[in-house]
Amino acid sequence: MISKDQVAHVAELARLSFTDAELEHFTTQLDQIIAMEHALAEVPTDGVAPTTQLTDTENVFRADVPVTDGPSRDELLQNVPESKDGLIKVPSIIDKGEADA
Amino acid sequence: MNFLETDLHSLHQQLVNHELTAVDLVKDTMSAIDEHEPQLNAFITTNQKKALAAAEKIDAEGIAEDNLLAGIPVAYKDNIVTKGVRTTAASHMLDNFNPVYDATIVEKLEQAGTIDIGKTNMDEFAMGSSTESSFFKPTHNPWDLSRVPGGSSGGSAAAVAAGEVFAAFGSDTGGSIRQPSAYNGIFGIKPTYGRVSRWGLIAFGSSFDQLGVMTRRVKDAAPFLTVMSGHDAKDSTSSQRPVPDFSQFIGQDIKGLKIAVPDEFFGKGIADDVKAQVEKGIQQLVEQGAIVDHVQLPHTKYAVPAYYVLASSEASSNLQRFDGIRYGFRAEDVKNLKDVYVRTRSEGFGPEVKRRIMLGTFALSSGYYDAYFNKAAKVRTLIKQDFEEILKTHDLIVGPTAPDTAFKIGANVSDPITLYMKDILTISANMAGVPAASVPAGFNAAGLPIGMQMIAKRFDEGTIFRAASAFEEMNQYYLEKPSFKGGNA
Repeated sequence: MISKDQVAHVAELARLSFTDAELEHFTTQLDQIIAMEHALAEVPTDGVAPTTQLTDTENVFRADVPVTDGPSRDELLQNVPESKDGLIKVPSIIDKGEADA
Repeated sequence: MNFLETDLHSLHQQLVNHELTAVDLVKDTMSAIDEHEPQLNAFITTNQKKALAAAEKIDAEGIAEDNLLAGIPVAYKDNIVTKGVRTTAASHMLDNFNPVYDATIVEKLEQAGTIDIGKTNMDEFAMGSSTESSFFKPTHNPWDLSRVPGGSSGGSAAAVAAGEVFAAFGSDTGGSIRQPSAYNGIFGIKPTYGRVSRWGLIAFGSSFDQLGVMTRRVKDAAPFLTVMSGHDAKDSTSSQRPVPDFSQFIGQDIKGLKIAVPDEFFGKGIADDVKAQVEKGIQQLVEQGAIVDHVQLPHTKYAVPAYYVLASSEASSNLQRFDGIRYGFRAEDVKNLKDVYVRTRSEGFGPEVKRRIMLGTFALSSGYYDAYFNKAAKVRTLIKQDFEEILKTHDLIVGPTAPDTAFKIGANVSDPITLYMKDILTISANMAGVPAASVPAGFNAAGLPIGMQMIAKRFDEGTIFRAASAFEEMNQYYLEKPSFKGGNA
């Protein structure tokens, strides 16, 4: 059984916020989904290695040379919500007052 | 030109003989889209100007006898990035996003001369089985407008089934090409993991995602897949293996083909009309000389729970990049940097995406990682081994694609688990990385399409084309056309 506090903690980790009513709703739904997951516990997996990728390769390397045929800085900045002098503008980390300075 | 009444070879011949131009085809495509879109909503964005410019260029250059794809109008699922054409993943998060580069498949297909008509509707970030989680609008099924087209590549499937475009491209993480292909009575193939570069596909579950193609006829998909496939330095998971010309497998007979039919694919929860029609299809394969064995894939019932933990975990990691800083939506009136992240993500993502980010974050969080993520990754190994074992002695695994036919719009929106179970027959192929396709297998009593799934060994898409084209030849279900009736779209 997952609690509302646990769901709130997970939301914090995922950088999501919910209203109290949404949190209730999500707790019920996540609880049902996690209950479905409990079926996995009945599968014996001692000595079974986890599968996390399906390529036949281990590491893929390339020469350490700059990629020069990619998009330009101007192109890359086209989709930035706010930019100034070719840089991405973000609000200040701590206090709203300085963001507009 | 009506795409419901032609095939790739005759279109190509008419282009080569100048009975038809690429510009004519774009204009016909746009008028088919104008006619059907008010009912279907298969597209998020169309780009007539870009398409006409490309077609004029093709016409000016002339179409070579040996280039089957030149001048053919196609559409891309809206999670495949297209330079200068808005790409949204059907999310508010990206509804103003204009990519500055093309996905590798877009580059390759345009090189071959295909004409990009536009971007198709989908479940938000490809998370869903009905195209109802799109931020913009639900897509309707052309065989019955009151029903869903399946998902997540529902817009691509409906656009092809309705004859709006000749071919469309989609992504398949747990069945997102195959299930909508089944619901729309078309052919759709998810190739082997690594066969097609994922560069430019907006990532969902990176160890599951694969790009594929959807067409009305099996033989018409082969040349598209041949062009899309192959190693790409921009996707280190793409395979170095040589790519065969998949068209060579079309029309080969299936005498002696060894087919495995898993009991689990005909168990509880599979609709009787689907079972009956697929069993009939398997019988036809036997009559053509295939050898059928009934087999077990004992871990099938764990595929859905294992998949939802693993794919959601990968999604929770992949979707961290959507934070309002470099592109996409950014929330207004924020207090500080953390507030930008939280508010942007909370306002930018829809409920299904949030649900999966939450499940994935939970499964990866301290104290739960071993019980959920790691356990599911071990179960994945067992599912993969089930498939490898059967495919050691068989060429193909055959069963239904989906447990049912297209359901009513709105019927399952409030119940995520019922919706997740729709993927029970398709997920395993993504867990194992093997190629799989849905082939039209007829209709139920209500006239709704049913799909037969064919799954082969890794990198053996050729056997799927061989069996699927033989099956298509026997039945010619493509002669049936959608009714565009039902509902009040």
